[in-house]
Amino acid sequence: MEKMQVRFERCKGCGLCVTVCPKKLVAIQKEKRNEKGYFTAICTDQDACISCMMCAMMCPDCAIKIEK
Amino acid sequence: MAVVFDRPKSLLDVSTHFCPGCGHGIVHRLVCEVLDEMGVIGDTIGVVPVGCSVMSYNYFGCDVIEAPHGRAPAVATGAKRVNPDKIVFTYQGDGDLAAIGTAETVHVGTRGENIVIIFINNTTYGMTGGQMAPTTLPGQVTQTTPFGRNTDTAGFPIRICEMLSTLSGVALAQRVAIDSVPHIREAKKAIRKAFDNQVAKRGLSIVEVLSTCPTNWGLSPDKSMDFVRKQMIPYYPLGIYKDKAAEEEAAK
Amino acid sequence: MERSLMKGNEALAEAAIRCGCKCFFGYPITPQTELSAYMAKRMEKSGGVFLQAESEIAAINMVLGAASTGVRAMTSSSSPGVSLKAEGISYMAGSDLPAVIINVQRGGPGLGSIQPAQSDYFQATKAMGHGDFHIIVYAPCSVQEMVDTVTLAFDKADEYRTPVMILADGLLGQMMEPVTFPEPKTELPDKSDWAACGHKNKREHHIINSLFLDAPLLEAKVLERFERYKAIEENETDAELYMCEGAELVITAYGASARVAKSAVTKARSEGIKAGLFRPKTLWPFPVKELAEATKDAKHILDVEMSMGQMIYDVKLATECRIPTTFFGRTGGVIPTPAEVYDEIKKLTGGAQ
Repeated sequence: MEKMQVRFERCKGCGLCVTVCPKKLVAIQKEKRNEKGYFTAICTDQDACISCMMCAMMCPDCAIKIEK
Repeated sequence: MAVVFDRPKSLLDVSTHFCPGCGHGIVHRLVCEVLDEMGVIGDTIGVVPVGCSVMSYNYFGCDVIEAPHGRAPAVATGAKRVNPDKIVFTYQGDGDLAAIGTAETVHVGTRGENIVIIFINNTTYGMTGGQMAPTTLPGQVTQTTPFGRNTDTAGFPIRICEMLSTLSGVALAQRVAIDSVPHIREAKKAIRKAFDNQVAKRGLSIVEVLSTCPTNWGLSPDKSMDFVRKQMIPYYPLGIYKDKAAEEEAAK
Repeated sequence: MERSLMKGNEALAEAAIRCGCKCFFGYPITPQTELSAYMAKRMEKSGGVFLQAESEIAAINMVLGAASTGVRAMTSSSSPGVSLKAEGISYMAGSDLPAVIINVQRGGPGLGSIQPAQSDYFQATKAMGHGDFHIIVYAPCSVQEMVDTVTLAFDKADEYRTPVMILADGLLGQMMEPVTFPEPKTELPDKSDWAACGHKNKREHHIINSLFLDAPLLEAKVLERFERYKAIEENETDAELYMCEGAELVITAYGASARVAKSAVTKARSEGIKAGLFRPKTLWPFPVKELAEATKDAKHILDVEMSMGQMIYDVKLATECRIPTTFFGRTGGVIPTPAEVYDEIKKLTGGAQ
C-alpha cells in the first residue's frame, strides 16, 4: 500500500522532493537508473508517509502520485 | 486508499524536455490544475513563444499556437479578439516577455487585453545556454556577463509587475515564486485568479513566477531554489502590484 | 450592384469585409493609412474586429493569432512596414496559415519616399522572409481589379493554406475609380480540421507551429509545401496580353507602370508600330506560359518598372534570355510618363516600318 508512488521513467532525479518531505522519508535510490539514466526518488518508509503531497507539489515532472 | 494527488488531465502524459529541477515543470502543472478545476481546457487556446517553453505545445492539452519570439501577446490578442468566448493565455520566459517582447507586453496591458500571461522569470535565456536576460540580477554571471552583470554597461533588471501595474488596462499583476511548497500554493491561487479575471473580462492578468534554471546557473536544483529565495526575491519582492478584483471588492 | 467612386485603399478594405474578412490589424503608414481608417469605421459595424496595433510586427502577429483559429484575417502596410512583417509572414508560411497581406508600395530603400514605387518586387516574390517558402503575389492595376483580387486572395489563401500578398502601390492606393463590389460572402470555408479554436474535448488538440527540431521532419514539411507551390504554379498564373498579336516589341510591366505602358503602346500602335503589352496579374507564380504566348512574335522586350528593374530578371528567366530585353524605369517614387515610355519604344523600333 504505497502512499507515495514515483513513476520510475518520469523522475529526473532532481531531488527537490527530498528537500521538502517534512518527515525526511524521500531519498534518491542509487541501485537502478531509469531509461534516461537518472537515479530516481523513492519513499524510504511508506508507513511513515502522511500523504501530505508536498513532494508531489514540488515535483517538476508530475512523477509522484499520492494516495491517502 | 484514494488518490489525492495526480497529474492534471490538462497536462499531457508525456515526459518533458525540461532540465532536472527546472521550475517550468511545476508551473506547467499549476496552469493545468487550474484549467482542470475550471473545466475550460476544451475552450482554451495557449500561445507559447520561443524559449524553453517553445515545445509546451506538446505538454498543454489545449489547442496551442507557437508564436515568434516576443510576439505571444500579439498572437494571443489576435486569437482572443476573434474568439472572445475562448480562454486565451500565453506562457512566456523573461527574455521573450521583457526583452524582445516588451512592446507587446506593455500594449496588451494598455489595451486591457482580456488574456492571461504566465511570465516565468528565471533571470536567463535558458534554451540558448544561459545568456543575460532583462531580469539578470546585478553582478550575476551569465554567458554574456561572464564577469557579472555590470549595471554601468548592461543596465538594471526590469521589474515587470511594478511596471505593468501603472497601466490602467491591467487587472492583475502579481509576482509569485516556486521555491517552496507554500509559495507554490500561493502561485496556484494567483494563476486561478488570473483566469477568473479573464472569465470576468477584467482585462490583462499577468502572473510573474520567479523560477529556477539549474543548468545555466550551474547550481543543483536545491541550491537553485536557494538562489530564488536569497537573491531573487529580495530584488523581486513577491506580492500583488495590481488587483482590480480586490479594488472592486473594496469599493463595494 | 451599386457602383461607387472610391479610393483604392478604401476599396481594398471594403472588398475584404465583403468577402468575410473578420479582423484587420493595422498600423499607420503613408500611402496606405486610409485602408486602416476605413476599417476603423466599417469593420466593427459589420461584426468584425478592427485593431490598430503598436507596430507592424505586432499587427502581423495578431493576424497569425487570428488566422490560427480559422478566421479570415488581413493586415496592410507600405514597404518599410512590410519589411517589419517579414518574420511573421515566414512563420505563417511555416505554419501553413492563410491570410492576406497588402503592400501599398512607396519609394525605398529606408524611409524612402511616400510616392508610388515597385521596388519591393524582389522582397515579395523572392525573399519575403527567411527559409524556403513562397507567397502568392497578386498585382492589380485598377481599383476594380484590386477589389476582385481581394476576393481571389482570400480564396486562394484558404485553398492552399498560405499567406497571400496583394502588391499595390501609392498610386493605386490613392487614386479614385468607379467600382462595384461583390455580394457579401456568408459561407466561409470550414477550417475546423486544423484550426486552434478550442477542441471542446471532442478531438485531439491542434498545434499551429513552424518549429521542427527534427531536421528530416522539417524537410518533409517543406517538401510537402513545395508540392502545393507546384500546383499553384501550374494552376494560378494570370496575365493580360494587350495588342501582343504580331507585336515585335513587347513591353512587360505590372500594376501602375502597366497603365503608363498601355498608353504608350496604344499611341505607338496607332502610328503603325507593332508594340504590345504583357501585364502579369500574378507576380508569383510568374506567368511563364502567358509570356511565351505574348512574345511569340517579339524581337525585343522592354521591361518598364517603377524601380531599378526587378521583374526584368523573371522576364529574362521566363524567356531564357532568348529575346533581347532592355529596361526603362524611374524609381524613388518618380512615376514614368507615357511619353517617356513612348520614346523608349521609338528608340527600340526605329519608329514605324
